[in-house]
Amino acid sequence: MDITEQIETYLLNEMSADEAAAFERLRASDPDLDQKVVLHEQFIKQMKDYGEHRKLISDMNAIHSSLDIESIKEDVMPFGLKVRTMWRKYRVNGAVAASVALMAVFTTLFSTGYFNKATSIRSDYNALRREWSRDINTKVKRSQNEILQNINATTKEPSAPSLFGGTGFALNTEGYVVTNYHVVKGADSVYIEDNDGNSFKTTTVYVHPSYDIAVLKVTDASFKLPKSLPYSFKKSGADLGLDVYTLGYPKDDITYTRGYLSSKSGYAGDTLAYQVDISVNGGNSGGPLLDSKGNVVGVVNAKQDRTDGASFAIKSAYLLEAIDAIPKDSLGRKVSVNTKNTLASLNRGEQIKKIGNYIYMVKVY
Amino acid sequence: MSRMIKRSEPADNEVILGILNGSKGILEEIYKAYFPMILQLVVMNNGNDDDAKDVFQESVIVLYDKIKKGDFVLNSKLKTFIYSVCRRLWLKRLSQKSRNTGNITDFEDVLTVEDDIERHEEKDRQFTMMESALGRLGEPCKTIIEDYYINNRSMQEICEKFGYTNADNAKNQKYKCLQRLKKLFFQV
Repeated sequence: MDITEQIETYLLNEMSADEAAAFERLRASDPDLDQKVVLHEQFIKQMKDYGEHRKLISDMNAIHSSLDIESIKEDVMPFGLKVRTMWRKYRVNGAVAASVALMAVFTTLFSTGYFNKATSIRSDYNALRREWSRDINTKVKRSQNEILQNINATTKEPSAPSLFGGTGFALNTEGYVVTNYHVVKGADSVYIEDNDGNSFKTTTVYVHPSYDIAVLKVTDASFKLPKSLPYSFKKSGADLGLDVYTLGYPKDDITYTRGYLSSKSGYAGDTLAYQVDISVNGGNSGGPLLDSKGNVVGVVNAKQDRTDGASFAIKSAYLLEAIDAIPKDSLGRKVSVNTKNTLASLNRGEQIKKIGNYIYMVKVY
Repeated sequence: MSRMIKRSEPADNEVILGILNGSKGILEEIYKAYFPMILQLVVMNNGNDDDAKDVFQESVIVLYDKIKKGDFVLNSKLKTFIYSVCRRLWLKRLSQKSRNTGNITDFEDVLTVEDDIERHEEKDRQFTMMESALGRLGEPCKTIIEDYYINNRSMQEICEKFGYTNADNAKNQKYKCLQRLKKLFFQV
């Protein structure tokens, strides 16, 4: 019989008295056996303990699952703790959600150009440069290609249609042309086109972003410098109700519109500009605002959306101030401004005929 | 901050007697009387429901061991004993998770229970060893051993359950299993 079985039988008191006595004698004489007996006894106890332990846990789990933990919690917790535990649990998720939301907001604002510094930040303030839409673009391109194929003519004008357009007008007889800063902003190259459709390359010699003024110089050799300009620039402020008109290129032909000066301040009280009740459109930007005697009183630059009869023109005084501020060394000498007016005695039609030659379409690539 | 928990508590003497007699009803009474206190302690100190359950059940095991060992001297209220054990256990867990520097909001009086907890941890290690040894023993050995030594089934019952031709065969099988279990247990 196996020794383990003997030990077990002995420990369970299942031996007869004789057997037990014999076993005990053996145990006393053999320390090895004695140790085995002790170890076995311990091991069995450990197993029994383990069984009890397991039973206790399963009993407790049964009791636990029969309890309504939430209601005990309600009883035990002081008010406000739940909020705190929730906060602890969800604050990370909350933070992530908030930063995602912020990112989304700023990305959207950024991608829609909300942060561009220009006037577009003012929602209903609409700078009047002209944008060629895509389908017109392709049409123009096609027709240009046709011209190229048909007459095989060479042209200095870039073959791609211009992206933006505005109006500009001659400043003096030296080839300087004034337009709006927002028309030429970010331009690769700027061309002007006269009423007869001839294009001339120009360089931007000076910009004054806060006055929205840009001065271009025609660099094309084929450009014929005007002998004299018919209009002059008004140095003082103009009065309310003054009858004014402008010439510009909201489309490909020069366009006349008239109106009157309705306020001495521009958009949102901007004192740089007049408010003019005149119907102007994209492309009129940079056009001269003239009074009935042919004096330039301002430069058309914007209109207010969703408001009737509110267009804006930079005051001529600021135009002159901006031109005055052109650093002399950058151009070699001071830019002069025409002061002689030969229009005063003419009627409107004749005035326009004379002025029209000095109003250019500004094309920006 | 804390609200006192008012709940009928079983008399401590009854509890001790009940545990010694292996009464199942007394376990339920202990659970219902003292678990809310521990839930409060744990949840108010960075824990959740499950943490409270674990800690409380461990403390009950400690109490059972202590009483069954026979040297339990009632020199404080049982409630205080359970609270102290749980508090100590929870502090340990917190420091393991390093969520807390050792400060805890107390709700009851506290006893020193280091010895009890040390003994409990030693036992717990052995239980884990036993569990893994039994787990690796495989069937049918595991069931035979558990049935005989833990569930106190007779050899005859086991013989029938496993379809051994006679009790001696079953007995031999049992000894072989026990031998292997010992090997597995002491190997670790």
